[in-house]
Amino acid sequence: MITLPHYLILSAIIFGISLFGIVLNRKNVIVLLMCVELMLLAVNINFVAFAQFLGHQSGEIFVFFILAVAAAESAIGLAILVLFYRQKGSINVDDMSSLKG
Amino acid sequence: MAPLPIPDILFVIASVALITSAVLVVTIRNPVRSVLSLVLCFLFTTILWLLLQAEFLSLVLIFVYIGAVMTLFMFVVMMMHVDKRMLSEKFVSYLPLGVGLLVVFVGLIVYALHHHNFTKAAYVMPHFPANYHNTESLGAVLYTHYVLAFEMASVILLVALLAAISLVFQGRQSGKSQCVDKQIQAKKKDRLVVIDMKSEAP
Repeated sequence: MITLPHYLILSAIIFGISLFGIVLNRKNVIVLLMCVELMLLAVNINFVAFAQFLGHQSGEIFVFFILAVAAAESAIGLAILVLFYRQKGSINVDDMSSLKG
Repeated sequence: MAPLPIPDILFVIASVALITSAVLVVTIRNPVRSVLSLVLCFLFTTILWLLLQAEFLSLVLIFVYIGAVMTLFMFVVMMMHVDKRMLSEKFVSYLPLGVGLLVVFVGLIVYALHHHNFTKAAYVMPHFPANYHNTESLGAVLYTHYVLAFEMASVILLVALLAAISLVFQGRQSGKSQCVDKQIQAKKKDRLVVIDMKSEAP
């Protein structure tokens, strides 16, 4: 019998893996952005599981908005990344310290 | 022992595949394969959400996320020429910290969920009747209680669109566009040259 804690533990594992990826990947900004997407996915699994098990629609509405904001965020992030790549010729995270001004 | 019900088997398969592809996303060196495994992650999440009877959101995840956002990622990855040798250095030095964070975080959550912090309602999956429409019930809430947030989400998407275009747009490139006044001012003597030569048999 699959219950709510199963879904919560699954989403915690996904969140932990993406945290691990953010710590691990210091070279590639695209992978960092993908890890952020994965984190949002884990949170969304949590929201949907709570919404269905507790019989409340607000959780699903929230997932809807999270999806919209995540799409906007990744679009702007990738645009900044393209600009940075044009300027520096690399997507190394360590080179990003020159953005401090 | 009674056989496992099919939704449980599906849950186990989808969650194992989801965790595997999530691990692949963060460990594969090749960015293109990493994006592809993220697509796999979204697909298996879709299966999980279908098991949770959230049909609309799982289809939105396929259409919007796999169809649009992941395609955007793929475009950007393919536009950039990433040096793979450079990517692989310094990979090991952060490994203990990463694994430690993972273990601590997941252990904390599992510990918090182990004790019975949930009511009985959390353990029984409610099954909706056959005539229940997920999309319809979502829309009924979305366009009444959350209509302001809905409009704000559209404004956020518009701002993201304008920001992405204005960041990356480099001004008009000198391409193969038509120049109308030059076309009008062209004379016959500029274009046509009559050469005086004898006719020849082929």
